[in-house]
Amino acid sequence: MAKSVLRLEDVTMQFGGVIAVDNLSMEIFEGEIVALIGPNGAGKTTAFNAVTGVYEPTNGAVYFHDKLLVTNYPRGKMKKLYAGENRGKYTKAVAHTPDYITKLGIARTFQNIRLFKSMTVFDNVLTAMHLRKTAGLFSAIFRANRKEEQKMRADADELLRIVDLYDVRDELATSLPYGKQRKLEIARALATKPTLLLLDEPAAGMNPQETEELTEFIRWIREKFDLTIFLIEHHMNLVMDISDRIYVIDFGKLIAQGVPAEIQQNQKVIDAYLGVEEDE
Amino acid sequence: MSAFLQANLPFILAGISVGGQYALIAIGYTMVYGILRLINFAHGDVFMVAGLVMVYTTAALPIYISIPIVLVATVLLGLLIERVAYKPLRSAPRMSVMISAIGVSYLLQNCALYFTGGLPQVYPEIPFLSRSVTIFGATTKMVTVITPILTIILVVLLVLLINHTKIGMAMRAVSKDFETSQLMGVRINSVISVTFAIGCFLAAVGSLLYFTNYTSVIPTSGAMPGLKAFVAAVFGGIGSIPGAVIGAFIIGICENIIKGVGWTTFSDAFTFVLLIVILLVKPTGIFGEKATDKV
Amino acid sequence: MEKRLQPRQEKRSVLPAILIICAVLLVTVLLDNILPANTFTLMLIPVLRKGAIYSLVCVSMNLLNGFTGLFSLGQAGFMLIGAYAYSIFSIPADQHAAVYQYFEGGAVRFSIPEMLSGVLGPNLGSFLGAIICIIIAGLVAAVFAALIGIPVLRLKSDYLAIATLGFAEIMRAVFQWNGLGRITNGSNLLRKYTAFTDINLRLGSLNIKLATFFPFLIAILSITFIVLLINSTYGRAFKAIRDDEVAAEAMGINLFRHKMYAFIVSSFFAGVGGALLAMFQTTVQAAAFKTAMTYEILLMVVIGGIGSISGSCIAAFLYIACSEWWLRFLDGGKLFGMSVPFFRDGFRKVVFSVIIMIIVLFFRKGIMGDRELSFRRKPRQSKGKEADANG
Repeated sequence: MAKSVLRLEDVTMQFGGVIAVDNLSMEIFEGEIVALIGPNGAGKTTAFNAVTGVYEPTNGAVYFHDKLLVTNYPRGKMKKLYAGENRGKYTKAVAHTPDYITKLGIARTFQNIRLFKSMTVFDNVLTAMHLRKTAGLFSAIFRANRKEEQKMRADADELLRIVDLYDVRDELATSLPYGKQRKLEIARALATKPTLLLLDEPAAGMNPQETEELTEFIRWIREKFDLTIFLIEHHMNLVMDISDRIYVIDFGKLIAQGVPAEIQQNQKVIDAYLGVEEDE
Repeated sequence: MSAFLQANLPFILAGISVGGQYALIAIGYTMVYGILRLINFAHGDVFMVAGLVMVYTTAALPIYISIPIVLVATVLLGLLIERVAYKPLRSAPRMSVMISAIGVSYLLQNCALYFTGGLPQVYPEIPFLSRSVTIFGATTKMVTVITPILTIILVVLLVLLINHTKIGMAMRAVSKDFETSQLMGVRINSVISVTFAIGCFLAAVGSLLYFTNYTSVIPTSGAMPGLKAFVAAVFGGIGSIPGAVIGAFIIGICENIIKGVGWTTFSDAFTFVLLIVILLVKPTGIFGEKATDKV
Repeated sequence: MEKRLQPRQEKRSVLPAILIICAVLLVTVLLDNILPANTFTLMLIPVLRKGAIYSLVCVSMNLLNGFTGLFSLGQAGFMLIGAYAYSIFSIPADQHAAVYQYFEGGAVRFSIPEMLSGVLGPNLGSFLGAIICIIIAGLVAAVFAALIGIPVLRLKSDYLAIATLGFAEIMRAVFQWNGLGRITNGSNLLRKYTAFTDINLRLGSLNIKLATFFPFLIAILSITFIVLLINSTYGRAFKAIRDDEVAAEAMGINLFRHKMYAFIVSSFFAGVGGALLAMFQTTVQAAAFKTAMTYEILLMVVIGGIGSISGSCIAAFLYIACSEWWLRFLDGGKLFGMSVPFFRDGFRKVVFSVIIMIIVLFFRKGIMGDRELSFRRKPRQSKGKEADANG
């Protein structure tokens, strides 16, 4: 039995009267590549944000390596407004800031690339290693952490070499071509030493050839870094090619799950993507 | 209670009056912020310049000609500042525009220093406003009574303008979404110019009322009322006109009661304590809308 | 693709930096000793002193505004706290009655430099005592920063600016309040504290005037500290926050804690700067630490280049030199012996503020941009990205 890495239980996100993620339950096991797909506005990124601490879910719980990571129940303004299911099932509220969750081992990339604009490729990766430092402020200022700093730099170089960005090491991150910026964002996420990597539309804006390279790249870093990968994507070729399992959501609700072959045949999924002719 | 009112009536009256004057300045801040997301640090100094223009024009011309000149000159100054100091930075980061505003403030103060030679300029008496009146047994200047009334009339007119005219609609659109309204064909530059014109016009009216109470104008006269008006705008929820007005009245009244109690040193500080408290409790102010960042 | 196998050496040579620092100190000492006292040195030396102090203050503001992306306008408030903390602890015991004449001689009855002088001799004692007082000044400012930072640092850009500005105004009122008069002397001046106006250190035949040497020494040490911070792993975290808060947080950087570090360190050195300014002025009054002072410092930072330490230093010296020395002739009414109609009191400041506006509008990157004076090559700049570089 594979070990559970991430488990969402009845996660609901409600903004005002709008339910963006509706009672979503899913589980990801060690070493898997799992995709979350759905039409635009289905609530995929919102689900990501609920896991990474950007948002607090309105109701439900998230477990990471079988330990409770985040949970919440409708309270405050939501007490009255809440329109989702499972009211009363959760009674605790646990929330963390995104940086804490990253420290636990969940790293992410962003839909719209968010690199550190003023920094070089190398510094982008090096900065992401800051969270694993042990040196305090003063020992860092007076360079008492020289060994650690050297190790961080060597590791950053090593990582850049692994992901094949070493030749652009000293260039400004934003001057890279688009595909390489995406790659750098993944490298930066890897620098935080995660066990679970969340990729938010990693192939957005890429041409077919770049997408194919990315597919290989994702598969390869999973082996290389012993990762579990959870991704959101619209490129169906990439999703079907790479995923071990797929979850499909529409209007925040889970409508299907299974291996790629099943999903391709699933009538609900086809309807969600193509739209259904409704009888008036 | 009534004893308290009786004892503090002069201060409450003064507070309402000062509050109205702050309100007239605060509207300029809040409208500019609503549209450009810019704290126009120079607005208080525009207010001071309006005071100086009044001093210099009345030296040569009768009051009834001076007042229109002051209003027009202040509006022109506001438009000029917008053209020269803010328009070139439209696509620049917000910090740059704010720094430019601080630069303009510095420039206006130094120009004022140069022209006045550093001497306080005696503000002319505006006969009608300076007259003494007695209300509820408290003697005060006419301006105390006029200010709140005039403020409310002007605010109502402004709200009507914003809600019922084409330019008002454009202003609302721009404050909701700068780029989209630009794409929809709203002429952004004219909207911004109108905003500055209105803001400066009201500041000029405010300066006529404010300086009547203070007898003289110095180059830094605008700094403190400007900051307080800004706090009023934040307090009421920046971008909201009724918010700014209510905030200004609250600040004006509280400040004068504090003076009345004998804590004059803290009358300025109080405003800023209020600011920090409101920012912590409800950063969007009383009537402000919440803005969320998309990740 | 050809790849280098060795990790590139990141060794920053420390030697040139130390040499430059020593050279600057030596030149100051020599200037002070060799140049005869004439009208030229009478202008030059104070400008250098004040320039050194403002360099420090600018660099500490740049740490916040330029490197961490926190638009804070509380600088004058922290300088005020530092100036007062310094003065209060270094007024000689027998002067208390005179200084605090309206407050029964005040509450603090000792003077640290004086106490040390009793042990170590007058010169060394007051030298060390002044250093201790300066550290106290920084610490007091830092404590205030920590307290105000807890609520205020959660605010976004312009709200933070206005809240810190408000804090500075509150400080100004509190320090003028007669209720605290036994400590702060109310709205009266603090004076007679250790200012090194006529204390010199003798090293053999060399006579080091502390009045000039001391601000340079402290400013250089402090700026070095800030530079070391910026180039450390924490400094990288600061820059990450400046570039993109959301991404920085997703990379495991605790926003609040790091903003707090930057805020406290910056305020510490603003306090130190305030103490040095108090020494330079020989009297302190809370009323002088106005918002305008913060604006002036901010403008210096902008002129030097937001995000450049060397830029801030250069700009501070230029700014002080222009406003106190080089543009003086504009106020005098005469140019090359001829009288010019517009030249009268205050014209200097008008010209000066026009120059500043030109820099703010047309040379937005300032003197240095975000680069440093350096012997190393800098990474390639991307084209067309400057507009949102500081967003």
